[in-house]
Amino acid sequence: MARTEEEVSTATQRGGADDADRLATDFGKPEPEPARKRRAPFFVQFYRSDIGKKWVMAVTGIVLMGYVFAHMVGNLHVFEGPRQIDNYGEWLRNLLDPPFPRTMALWLLRVTIIVALALHIHAAYALTRVNWRARPQRYKSQRDYVAANFASRTMRWTGIIVGLFLVFHILDLTWGTANPGYVRGEVYRNTVATFERVPVALAYIAACIALGIHLFHGGWSLFQSVGWNNPRFNPWRRYFAVGFAVVVTAGYISVPIAVQVGLVS
Amino acid sequence: MAAAMHVHLRVWRQAGPDDGGHFEDYDVDDVSPDMSFLELFDVLNERLIAERKEPVAFDHDCREGICGSCAMMINGRAHGPERGTATCQLHMRKFNDGDSITVEPWRAAAFPVIRDLVVDRGSLDRIIEAGGYITAPTGSAPDANLILVPKEAADGSMDAAACIGCGACVAACPNGAAQLFTAAKVSHLGLLPQGQPERYQRVAAMVDTMEELFGSCTNHGECEAACPKEISIDFIALLNRDYIKAQFKNRKLSGQRV
Amino acid sequence: MIGELDARIPEGPLADKWDNHRFHEKLVAPANRRRFDVIVVGTGLAGAAAAATLGELGYRVKVFTFHDSPRRAHSIAAQGGINAAKNYKNDGDSIDRLFYDTIKGGDYRSREANVYRLAQISVEIIDQCVAQGVPFAREYGGLLDTRSFGGAQVSRTFYARGQTGQQLLLGAYQALARQLHLGTVELHDRTELLDVVLKDGHAVGIVTRDLVTGEMRSHSAHAVVLATGGYGNAFYLSTNAKNSNVTAIWRAHRRGALMANPCFTQIHPTCIPASDEFQSKLTLMSESLRNDGRIWVPKQMDDPRSPDQIPESERDYFLERRYPAFGNLVPRDVASRAAKREVDSGRGVGPLKNGVYLDFSEAMGRLGHDDIEEKYGNLFQMYDRITGEDPYVVPMRIYPAVHYTMGGLWVDYNLMSNVPGLYVLGEANFSDHGANRLGASALMQGLADGYFVLPNTITDYLAGLLGDPPVPVTDPAFTTVEREVDERVRTLLAVNGSRSVDWFHRELGKVLWDNCGMERSADSLKKALGEIPPLRQEFHADVRVLGENETFNQSLEKAGRVADFLEFSELMCLDALQREESCGGHFRVEHQTEEGEALRDDDDFSYVAAWEFAGVDEKPALHKEELAFEAVELAQRSYK
Ligand SMILES: Cc1cc2nc3c(=O)[nH]c(=O)nc-3n(C[C@H](O)[C@H](O)[C@H](O)COP(=O)(O)OP(=O)(O)OC[C@H]3O[C@@H](n4cnc5c(N)ncnc54)[C@H](O)[C@@H]3O)c2cc1C
Ligand code: HEM
Ligand code: HEM
Ligand code: SF4
Ligand code: F3S
Ligand code: FES
Repeated sequence: MARTEEEVSTATQRGGADDADRLATDFGKPEPEPARKRRAPFFVQFYRSDIGKKWVMAVTGIVLMGYVFAHMVGNLHVFEGPRQIDNYGEWLRNLLDPPFPRTMALWLLRVTIIVALALHIHAAYALTRVNWRARPQRYKSQRDYVAANFASRTMRWTGIIVGLFLVFHILDLTWGTANPGYVRGEVYRNTVATFERVPVALAYIAACIALGIHLFHGGWSLFQSVGWNNPRFNPWRRYFAVGFAVVVTAGYISVPIAVQVGLVS
Repeated sequence: MAAAMHVHLRVWRQAGPDDGGHFEDYDVDDVSPDMSFLELFDVLNERLIAERKEPVAFDHDCREGICGSCAMMINGRAHGPERGTATCQLHMRKFNDGDSITVEPWRAAAFPVIRDLVVDRGSLDRIIEAGGYITAPTGSAPDANLILVPKEAADGSMDAAACIGCGACVAACPNGAAQLFTAAKVSHLGLLPQGQPERYQRVAAMVDTMEELFGSCTNHGECEAACPKEISIDFIALLNRDYIKAQFKNRKLSGQRV
Repeated sequence: MIGELDARIPEGPLADKWDNHRFHEKLVAPANRRRFDVIVVGTGLAGAAAAATLGELGYRVKVFTFHDSPRRAHSIAAQGGINAAKNYKNDGDSIDRLFYDTIKGGDYRSREANVYRLAQISVEIIDQCVAQGVPFAREYGGLLDTRSFGGAQVSRTFYARGQTGQQLLLGAYQALARQLHLGTVELHDRTELLDVVLKDGHAVGIVTRDLVTGEMRSHSAHAVVLATGGYGNAFYLSTNAKNSNVTAIWRAHRRGALMANPCFTQIHPTCIPASDEFQSKLTLMSESLRNDGRIWVPKQMDDPRSPDQIPESERDYFLERRYPAFGNLVPRDVASRAAKREVDSGRGVGPLKNGVYLDFSEAMGRLGHDDIEEKYGNLFQMYDRITGEDPYVVPMRIYPAVHYTMGGLWVDYNLMSNVPGLYVLGEANFSDHGANRLGASALMQGLADGYFVLPNTITDYLAGLLGDPPVPVTDPAFTTVEREVDERVRTLLAVNGSRSVDWFHRELGKVLWDNCGMERSADSLKKALGEIPPLRQEFHADVRVLGENETFNQSLEKAGRVADFLEFSELMCLDALQREESCGGHFRVEHQTEEGEALRDDDDFSYVAAWEFAGVDEKPALHKEELAFEAVELAQRSYK
């Protein structure tokens, strides 16, 4: 069945051994071109990926952390007595005025927070669904976790607690609907009025602890998510998360406790 | 030789992909502490065959902790209690006489059960096929020493390349994420000079495929704890960074700016 | 009936043969490659490299493995390293020296032309692997590091920690993955070859069983490439991966391919001794350990004392005593037999008295704990994990174990068997290592065959088939074989006897280890030849394989493999009996020097023994390929 060498080499000519283009096109299978099709705007494109969402969570998380910290510090004015904290509230509203009109800056701040929170929650929701789909059938035997801690495993729940708290909190101290003794602008009075109610005080404390737990993991996790990883500072990422969580939580709950024990009244 | 032990096994039995599956209990006597965990199953299977019962199916090959075939969820841990150890390298001396041990297959949507403890891990290969390679057709290479690779780069790359593709990271991850596997593979090539030209297309292609098949990483670190090669989650941070960079770079490459 | 064996060795001086050959071969033009189907069985170094390269060249490739992923092939277990005549260390290495060392190491039972080509190609392999991103060990300057390995006097072994095989396989696997992505290669994993199909004496395809569904299927192609590894598991206990087997090459042999030098098996001196009767495999401790470890046994018989209780004066460093020049670095076979002699004489150590000590206390004193950890850390850890003993404190216990098989299907210079269109690569062929393989040379050979030899030689055969479509799988040639395979599987399931497959495998292993192992004699071999056939009959009468074919059935897989081992091992003993000399891994007690060194008989036995299958229980026909040595002159090995 074997052919002579001549026949074979003439046969090989058929493929166009001397026809460079043919040769090229016939050579194996061409690499697929990197997709040139019009893609969605950059951010949307990026946000579609899970790692993109994680990045967004981290960044919005940082914004929220910034707010939570500043707010916590602000709250501490309570200890300086009614005038200071009310002035502080007033000062917030007059922030950057001029040039901005009154409460403008505050609103900008609010918008940022709302947007950040919205994105954060949406990403959290989307990723949670991805992860539940990734293991539809749970393990039938008891898992024995080594590295995953309580905080990391309850991010969704602590998050939701904080979220629900926020709703109540706004109704309570910003709009006053959930606060009988509410008087617009009288931050001190409102605060005391709220925390004199034991269950509310407890609810606040619980929520702030939940937030602390959320940040205990989140404050570390965000570094991984955005890829801030370097042997030089890796240990510090954990210290930072712990420190931040503790300070914020302690700072917040100090207020309801103070009211309850009558330090602030 | 140390005294023989007795262990109580609860093993997941599942006739096939469509079968519901259930746990079965077996008591195994005269277990030698020098036995590997897989040899324990050899002994159990010999007995089952003697009793005309079908033996437990489980994946294995090298039994040296390098091929990545063996895969068992032992008492709630992928590859069992011993850190940095694959199931085949786990020895009975790590257990106590009278222990009861529960064994079930690795569970993830991407790892469908084939039978008993055997799952299909082909999804990991899909990630590699998506771009986990350096394009270097046979014969095209320059002299090996023309490419200088700093020792640090070579060592770092090797740390990642040690991954045996067992899938324990996925099994252990509460989210069923394959982030550690992918990170290891991406870093293996991404840390080397040879890997630079395709670095960002590679990471984008591999991650996109990974995300079609697996969960997302929320930095539990459970994967690292289960990994028989103790691959560090530092590589996950590296992966995330490269992927984010890739988003910009690849757009430029495909002539599009935003 | 096969006539004169033609190795098709090219004309010209040794150094030019490969170039001449490539020049004179028929080629297949790029445009025509799409018209050829090639089947590659095996995804180890040899198989993966071949499949990937053929894909790159533009052939339509189908690749098969019984593993769930190509990257699990047994090659992954290789630890030590890979040789290449780069002479980067400027210590006098060269292609000629690697060639000479390999011929000498193989005890002058390999083919000069093949070995020389291997040495030439070794250089390109390292280039290729580095380009693929294999993270070889590096010097601080960024250049490649090498070490001297297994008694070689030059430093030519490239390595990646203790995981060289893994890294090389991942490199080949990634190249393969790229072709899968491009669609030039089609992968069939968890699919086992159960027979080879011939038509008009040409290999035209294979019949496989899907290990998950049990589906039997025929695959047709213009050429079939077997890269299915070694048969060391015939001994049951070996360092090979549990699933390595002889089925593919044995089935090809039964269809007419010649089996060459099946008795050439390599015993590795540094393995961890079996700890109990449940032992399922033996673990290799890299040979590099012998660079710093000292091997000894107590002088006193059945010494009950723990090693630290035994004073220097009562220790026998038997290798250093017998071989002052090479000491603990004598070649594998020499070291292995010496250890066996000590254990047989009742000086064995460990609970089962089945090992010798490998002691690092002296090296720890000389280099310090940290240096030792730097060099052997992962190996020590591995040993500790397996035995529960800490080698930094207690001397390791080691004993020889079956490790590699030099024998395999006979192939010509093109790596084509005597069956046209059937190619054999890697450990599955017999070609390059003669009677004994040098450390770090198997990885080299597997990759040489896969990346560089086959893709250049297969064209010579394919060119002749230009225009002929592959034989349709509906052809009787296929359907009959399919029926036979199916039949074979059903009968195994039907026996439903009383003994497990493993029981038979263990029995066979004992017979082979005791009679056809490190030392063989006419008597022991005759004994084995008397015991194997009855065992085989008992197997077919009394084996118990539960379950059915249509599910994932590991007992059934094993049963088929053990059945083939039971047929194959008889040929192994026959070959050992026929070879009335000692050479390399094949040591006949009747043929040794007074110092117990292997005694070759070059006048009568400097040939390749290629066996032709005549039927089970039939005496196979022996064909001899005489080995002509032009470049080297034969010398008796001496490591004194
Ligand atoms: C523990 C150990 C350490 C070693 N260390 C070294 C070293 O340091 N240096 C060195 O040079 N060599 C070393 N070797 C030897 C070397 O690893 C092997 O010889 C070499 O890897 C063989 O490669 P291969 O491609 O020929 O076959 P393998 O790697 O064994 O691949 C066989 C392939 O064929 C497939 N296959 C087999 N039968 C069938 C079938 N019937 N149907 C379908 N598919 C099938 C398998 O699935 C597998 O993919 C070592 C060997 C061992 C055991
Ligand atoms: C509405 C409520 C919230 C929900 C449902 C929520 C949910 C989550 C979830 C599911 C994660 C992912 C876990 C992880 O990636 O490790 C997360 C991360 C995080 N959250 Fe929240 N969260 C909420 C509010 C907040 C708030 C108010 C803050 C800050 C004060 C915050 C800070 C963070 C941080 C820093 C991370 C880590 C981001 C990362 O790892 O990339 N979260 N959140
Ligand atoms: C116990 C501790 C807390 C106290 C005493 C407290 C007090 C207040 C007060 C007095 C206001 C109204 C400010 C104003 O209307 O001028 C306010 C608004 C707000 N607080 Fe808190 N707060 C506490 C905890 C938290 C926590 C834990 C969060 C978030 C996680 C939070 C988020 C907010 C937000 C988003 C607003 C609305 C801001 C705005 O209207 O611009 N607070 N808080
Ligand atoms: S990263 Fe570790 S656990 Fe995951 S596959 Fe690789 S070796 Fe297995
Ligand atoms: S456990 Fe899972 S969440 Fe990330 S760090 Fe590991 S993949
Ligand atoms: S069997 Fe190979 S890693 Fe466990």
